[in-house]
Amino acid sequence: MAQGSLIGQSLPRVEDDRLLDGAGCYIDDVALPGMMHMAILRSSDAHGRITALDCSAARLVPGVIDVFTAEDWPQDMPVIPMRLIPLESSVPFLQRPLAQGKVRYVGEPVAVVVARDRRTAEDALEFLELEIEALPPVVTRDQALAATGDALMVPEVGTNISAQYQIGRGDIEDAFARADVTLKKTFQSHRHTAVPLETRGTIAVFDIAAGKLTIHGASKVTFFNRAELAKAFNLRNDQVDLITSDIGGGFGVRGELYPEYYLAAEASRRTGRPVKWIEDRREHFAATNHSRDVDCELEIAALKDGTILGMRGQVRADMGAYIRTNGNVVPAKAGQFLPGPYRVPAFACEVLALVTNKTPVGTYRGPGRIEANFFRERMLDCLADELGMDPAALRMKNLLGAAEMPFDTGDLLPNAQKVVFDSGDYPATFRKLLDECDWDAPAQVHSDGRLHAMGLACFNESSGGGLYENARISVAASGQITVSTGSSSMGQGVETAIRQICADALSMAPERITVALSSTTLLSDGVGSFHSRSTVMAGSAVGQAAAELLDQARGEAGRRLNAAPAELDYSDGVFRVMGQSDRSIRLSDLSAMLSDQGGLDVESRYEQAPLGFSFGAHAAHVAIDPGTGDIEVLDYWVVEDVGRVLNPALVEGQTIGGVVQGLGDALYGELVYDDMGQLLTASFADYLLPTSTEVPDIRAVATGDYPSPHNPYGFKGAGEGGIVAVAAAVGNAIARAIGPAGDAICQTPFHPEKILTLLHAAKKGKQ
Amino acid sequence: MSDLQAIRLNVNGVTRAVSVEPSASLADVLRQELRLTALHLGCEHGVCGACNVLLNGRAVRACLTLAVQAEEAEVKTLEGLSAEQIAVTLKECFRKFRALQCGFCTPGILVLAVDLIAANPDPSEEEVRDWLSGNLCRCTGYQPIVGAIIEAAKRLRGAV
Repeated sequence: MAQGSLIGQSLPRVEDDRLLDGAGCYIDDVALPGMMHMAILRSSDAHGRITALDCSAARLVPGVIDVFTAEDWPQDMPVIPMRLIPLESSVPFLQRPLAQGKVRYVGEPVAVVVARDRRTAEDALEFLELEIEALPPVVTRDQALAATGDALMVPEVGTNISAQYQIGRGDIEDAFARADVTLKKTFQSHRHTAVPLETRGTIAVFDIAAGKLTIHGASKVTFFNRAELAKAFNLRNDQVDLITSDIGGGFGVRGELYPEYYLAAEASRRTGRPVKWIEDRREHFAATNHSRDVDCELEIAALKDGTILGMRGQVRADMGAYIRTNGNVVPAKAGQFLPGPYRVPAFACEVLALVTNKTPVGTYRGPGRIEANFFRERMLDCLADELGMDPAALRMKNLLGAAEMPFDTGDLLPNAQKVVFDSGDYPATFRKLLDECDWDAPAQVHSDGRLHAMGLACFNESSGGGLYENARISVAASGQITVSTGSSSMGQGVETAIRQICADALSMAPERITVALSSTTLLSDGVGSFHSRSTVMAGSAVGQAAAELLDQARGEAGRRLNAAPAELDYSDGVFRVMGQSDRSIRLSDLSAMLSDQGGLDVESRYEQAPLGFSFGAHAAHVAIDPGTGDIEVLDYWVVEDVGRVLNPALVEGQTIGGVVQGLGDALYGELVYDDMGQLLTASFADYLLPTSTEVPDIRAVATGDYPSPHNPYGFKGAGEGGIVAVAAAVGNAIARAIGPAGDAICQTPFHPEKILTLLHAAKKGKQ
Repeated sequence: MSDLQAIRLNVNGVTRAVSVEPSASLADVLRQELRLTALHLGCEHGVCGACNVLLNGRAVRACLTLAVQAEEAEVKTLEGLSAEQIAVTLKECFRKFRALQCGFCTPGILVLAVDLIAANPDPSEEEVRDWLSGNLCRCTGYQPIVGAIIEAAKRLRGAV
């Protein structure tokens, strides 16, 4: 089997056998001897001073073994840091594991009960007497900007602005001065979240005598979380193990360093018992990161022929009450991706992050991109209407072509990290979508009495962030190969991808390779799974580790076969002296011979090269019932260039799954707060997810036309292209379907009553 | 703290004596007392379907069923269906169609599909989608699940 022969094949998933047998091991399936259960008292007020917190009655409940609050923390409570885009101005708004003196959102942890079972722990929460003196809640961006005095999240800071900066490129004044047409609109992307089907959970085991903290149920960024937990509990990194398990969906929200990891660890330290915490669904809606919730005032300048000269605007993100580990990604990427895959020679944008009395925000699949793509692509359709152009032609005119690559995007990030689009021919890929969907711009009233139209959206998407990734490959005397990476499985097939790359690099059958991802006990270091990076970064690291392992093995094989390394052929786990098939040695035998040095066992770090950018386009066909406003998505197409395709079936699965998540987000799910900062949608009865009867047939085409020059395999990320332009394409389709009234389609989600209101208003205007 | 009640549960063909609180859900008893962890809890209010089990052959939510209600019934979880032809065929088709990613919803969907095919050996796509609308999946977008169930039904009818 030659190297490279497995890349591009739809190998079956490694994960399937255990998961189909119901033998997956998710965190709540783990039970340890002597394990206790933790429940968390969470604030039911959005903003207030804690005036009393009496735990005495709860302590007396039979079965309760411990209760603690912020005051019981043995030293200064740790501050949960920013992992991505750390900004100085956000530091005063970082969260601690338990509320101290004040509560700032409904769901904020206030006290912890540890009991012999979960039911007892949850029931005992009722016996905690918490008194809160209400402070004025801040629930909107405008309130955040206007807040003074008691409405300030941290009065000493004097503002609820947690970040504010300018990004841009080119001469924006000149662009608007030269324009034939300018348009200005205000857009909004609503608050929603990922909603993995498995809620979060963990088991902490703090063995004080052994000086060891073990956290089960870890995922995503295990090494970062280990380092921070070690710091918080005065341990060295090697005294803390984070153990991964099967994961019931990640999508960005799971595995970040949340307060509950600290609380379970502290609960275990205090009680000397393993402590389990499993989030319930209602808790999940209030405690796990929310996302999006960004608005944007956007202005575009163009020539009569559709040439875009410039874009300027302001992006304002509602961050919730605290800045979480990855919260700043949301506004930063909403700003960065606003110009998108187009030329846009001049661009200027102010990015504002505002704290409010709502659940903190973090990343959810396509963070910032969903928002930016919606704002920009809706604006382009409005511009096309204004100019009397076909929306496809307008896009085609402005998309970046192959001759313009690499394309320097200018200073679009607060930390001045240079971003360059690496490769692609965006008009050529867009053309493939137009052919695939048989693009037809005019809307029409169909014989079914509904208003039909198609909508388009283009995007590009970065992948492979994070500075490095580690991979380790070891060979057992039995011939079994084990590969580990710092990237973890988030439930989307990373094990399959890693095994495929490893098998390819070692030119052997995939069945001989075992994948064990990301527990901190398996490698010395690693980064994790986010930013569509696992295949790109961990995959490249595996290829590099395999090459190093074979290099080392070749030298050893040469010594043992009395041949120069260059005289050896390698395939399928065996070195042979060229032309002498009887002189050979297996990798497994070499590893056994080297057992005093630990056998063949290589850990390698792959350093980040510049990011790779995929490009893609979406098309949606919708039908609107003019009597009810009901929206049906009848057809959906995605064409995306993802660089070299590792496993086409995995990519297709990612894309289709992403589209359906995006449809749910655009049409149904919304985290709604009332004026007092109460979350009104904290169950599956109120927060709607798409089911099998609402989703259309989805056609997903992944092209491998433009491999990234920045990693050895030419991969670009494929985890987010399915979701990032759904709101944009569906929004454009709805707007076209309802005619002039569609100009007001500027906010997600698209609910029937809003469509009906717009249709009625348009009718009235006509009369 | 209520009094425990001794009941006998017939699970996967074996009768087991367990002591449960009257308010304990069948899901908790199966997962915690009997360590049958194929069924999962995604919402605990009957919406997501990850906890589906067969009760006298019909798919029900184990999170909404009290353990004491199941005393006279025949309970089957995915573990107990593993050797049965419908489940074996469904699993083959789920593998072929990539009808799972994270796998958390999968056991509940397989249990539902066993019920579906037993009740309707030749379901249309619309009927499959209608049945499946009681189960949430956040990864696959349902399309491959629908395809897998239709294919499994076909194979079981001998139509392939």
